[in-house]
Amino acid sequence: MNARVGIITFPGTNCEQDCERAFAALGGAPVRVWHGDTTLPDVDVVVLPGGFAHGDYLRTGALARFSPIMDAVRAHADAGGTVIGICNGFQVLCEAGMLPGALRKNAGLKFRCKWVELKVENASTRFTSRAGAGQILRIPINHFEGNYYCDEDTLETMRADGRVILRYVQNPNGSLDDIAGICNSSGTVFGLMPHPERACEALLGSIDGAVIFESILDNARVSA
Amino acid sequence: MNTSLYRELGLTDDEYNAICGRLGRDPSYTELAMFSVMWSEHCSYKSSKVHLKTMPTKGDHILVGPGEGAGIIEVAPGVAVAWKIESHNHPSFVEPFSGAATGVGGIVRDILSMGARPIALLDSLRFGAPDADRRTPYLIDGVVHGISSYGNSIGVPTVGGEMVFEDCYAENPLVNVACLGVVEDRLMHGRAEGPGNKVILFGSSTGRDGIGGASVLASSEFDDTSLEKRPSVQVGDPFTEKLLIEASLELIRAGLVVGFQDLGAGGISCPTSEMAAKAGTGMRVSLDEVHLREPGMEPFEVMISESQERMMMVVRPEDAVRALEICKRWGLEARTLGEVTDTGRVEATRGGVVVADVPAEALADEGPVYRRPSARPAWFDEVRSAPDGSGAPDDLNAALVALLSAPAVASKRWAWEQYDHMIFLGTIVGPGSDAAVIRLPGTGVAVALSVDGNGRFCLLDPYEGARLAVAEAARNVACSGARPLAVTNCLNFGNPEKPGVMWQFAEVIRGIGDACTALATPVTGGNVSFYNETKGRAIFPTPVIGMLGVLPDPNDALAAGFVKEGDAIVMLGDTSPFDFGGSEFAKVVHGSLGGRPPALDLAAEQRLHRLLDAARPFLHSAHDCSEGGVAVALAESAFGGPTGFGVELGGSLQPHAALFAETPSRAVVTCEEGDVDPLLALARNQDVPAQRIGATGGTMLDFGVCSISLDRARSLFESSLPTHLSGSI
Repeated sequence: MNARVGIITFPGTNCEQDCERAFAALGGAPVRVWHGDTTLPDVDVVVLPGGFAHGDYLRTGALARFSPIMDAVRAHADAGGTVIGICNGFQVLCEAGMLPGALRKNAGLKFRCKWVELKVENASTRFTSRAGAGQILRIPINHFEGNYYCDEDTLETMRADGRVILRYVQNPNGSLDDIAGICNSSGTVFGLMPHPERACEALLGSIDGAVIFESILDNARVSA
Repeated sequence: MNTSLYRELGLTDDEYNAICGRLGRDPSYTELAMFSVMWSEHCSYKSSKVHLKTMPTKGDHILVGPGEGAGIIEVAPGVAVAWKIESHNHPSFVEPFSGAATGVGGIVRDILSMGARPIALLDSLRFGAPDADRRTPYLIDGVVHGISSYGNSIGVPTVGGEMVFEDCYAENPLVNVACLGVVEDRLMHGRAEGPGNKVILFGSSTGRDGIGGASVLASSEFDDTSLEKRPSVQVGDPFTEKLLIEASLELIRAGLVVGFQDLGAGGISCPTSEMAAKAGTGMRVSLDEVHLREPGMEPFEVMISESQERMMMVVRPEDAVRALEICKRWGLEARTLGEVTDTGRVEATRGGVVVADVPAEALADEGPVYRRPSARPAWFDEVRSAPDGSGAPDDLNAALVALLSAPAVASKRWAWEQYDHMIFLGTIVGPGSDAAVIRLPGTGVAVALSVDGNGRFCLLDPYEGARLAVAEAARNVACSGARPLAVTNCLNFGNPEKPGVMWQFAEVIRGIGDACTALATPVTGGNVSFYNETKGRAIFPTPVIGMLGVLPDPNDALAAGFVKEGDAIVMLGDTSPFDFGGSEFAKVVHGSLGGRPPALDLAAEQRLHRLLDAARPFLHSAHDCSEGGVAVALAESAFGGPTGFGVELGGSLQPHAALFAETPSRAVVTCEEGDVDPLLALARNQDVPAQRIGATGGTMLDFGVCSISLDRARSLFESSLPTHLSGSI
């Protein structure tokens, strides 16, 4: 049976259709979940897609963390289910305390939409099992607030535990330690600024995003 | 009525008398305000109408032509797209961030009003020289940030455009935004059919922002007091716009919408009168029901407020509750203002008192029509006899360096990396190539989109300049692997009350009409922006052509960048040594603007497009030759790929003519060496001059007579704009 992928839509989310199409093309079974719902349908994977939840007018992700669905998302992760937050979804997960640290405005104070190269620092996670250690993935970024920050102790802990999963080869936004993607201590929740859904088709310039999504689908059933 | 009042609202004595005559009485203050916006140049096209009517607008694939929210084009059986360009010049000069942002919002709602999901934006931007004064970098940064902020947030990719620098735009920047949409479920029309049907206003609340914003600002010249009009510029809320898009499409899918129109310039006055007039009905609305942002708003303010992110729909009475519920679920305010009537009148009440009661047609269709005096300006002959800047440069290498670093030629990456150009997974060719190629979701079809204008050519000859703009836009689309299909245009001019400006306008319309007829690309709509003058100085006449082409197979998309080393480079079309008038070379190397623009043969242009189509299986890349000639075209192809090149342009031309002349109807393409002969044979069949001029490879841009390393050239090209802007922002 195909892995069921719940895609959370906040008002202002705008990458939900793209995530849906990318997961479906790779054999997942996507289903939309409205942010105002309080329970998740029967899903293996939860995706918090990119966009501007609630307009990002206060601070990115600061309002979305209070959306009714977030308790269920947290419970899903606590029960061992997979959660991935992409871009705005990563920001929401940080605001919700499901991942450490915060995303600040880019160094240079400009929005950046461009292709970047990412190095897979840990290939033995449920999000990167299809990658080789040290593999370089070409995936685009698209954000104003992608400049990752956390305190030194947290950084040390994450490094020691292999929780820095993706690093930028050339840092585009000032992120601490070139961090592009991290996971939580139990390895169930993954946040990253780049958009894998935009790199799942050769015609669009790269299929490297599929490495991440296929890893997630491979491991979805065993983990849930 | 006191004459100063209607004059202050921009109405002339004759226009005021016409209103009184039509009503058979003096208008109320609210009615006068409604007429002033609906009869403004911006809303009524009173100076341009007689000329616009002459353009070709019909074609088998044109489903809806000018006069609706956007043109509708059938790009494949059962696949219809909406395509439209609009200006937001004046607001963007007064307040660049909000002016540009709301320019995006406005065109997106035009597309939405047709029942189409907006899926791509392009911007055509014109400013003064980036380092000419302190305000220009602020304007550039503000406009780009405004587009980025709004477009990215609503999740519509900005996939292309142009950015041009010329002194004449320093105090009159041009911000033209084009939008493409795909009709999702069914085509919508702005018609208030069915007396008894309910009229619902939904989206943002109505405030005092933009009272007479677009319509007032865009209907007069600028002077020293213009910046005091800042409060007239509307403020955008992209979050609400995103909700408006999703809610509207859901309402349409649910089959609830009978008539649909956006609110832009003219506020509530516009859809109430236009939808009623189109359907031959009337409309009665209660202003008490309008959701206001602040207390104490006067009825006239409610009627003409240009608050953004609002739509009006007509629904059957039994569907009103469901429609309101859908809006509510998306977090949008929605109110039933009243109903469709059979009176032919727009009636507005406040607290039970009638504040306006006027014939819908009088507002929407019976505005004044002016055939304004037109005369070739006295200075025209002087400009034409001024040096055309065709002389050989002292140093070819220095000329090449100067051109690659010229802000108008150099990379616009600084701007387009601030735009989300990838969302919707449709961007096959993005910014920085000739045209953007966008796959339409849920279909097997792609379209190519390009926006192009050339104010210098149009200054030297408005008729020829307009034809050149259409030809270049079509060539860009053809170089991307598409067949040019339809045009939307944005016509930016000075004060139409001046005969010289009106002459330019009439000549440009004639040029667009002739070129669009010859290339079989009908005009599906667009926008006219007059009064682009500050302190009596007009901009160059600047028609911007938005060309749409279709690719039945998205895999056929072509980009400008070289693909690999060892490909043959073939030049299509001939270069004329006389084509320097208005060129980038003349400006950058000689500081000249004079003579005649390049000569265009539309039949040769069309033969080139047919050849590009027929030769598609051989081609690895294709790039149109325009600003900076073949030299800049080849350099850009190298910047877009992994390799340098070596060419010999030779022939009997002087080297600088071969390199930099801007003869139209040319392209540089690459193919396998083994495919050169069949390609040349195909070109002979199609009667297009063609010759192999060299090959890709190496680390140099090697033109034989001059050369520069790829790394250095790329660095000049990429760093020019950021360098010009840095330090001043």
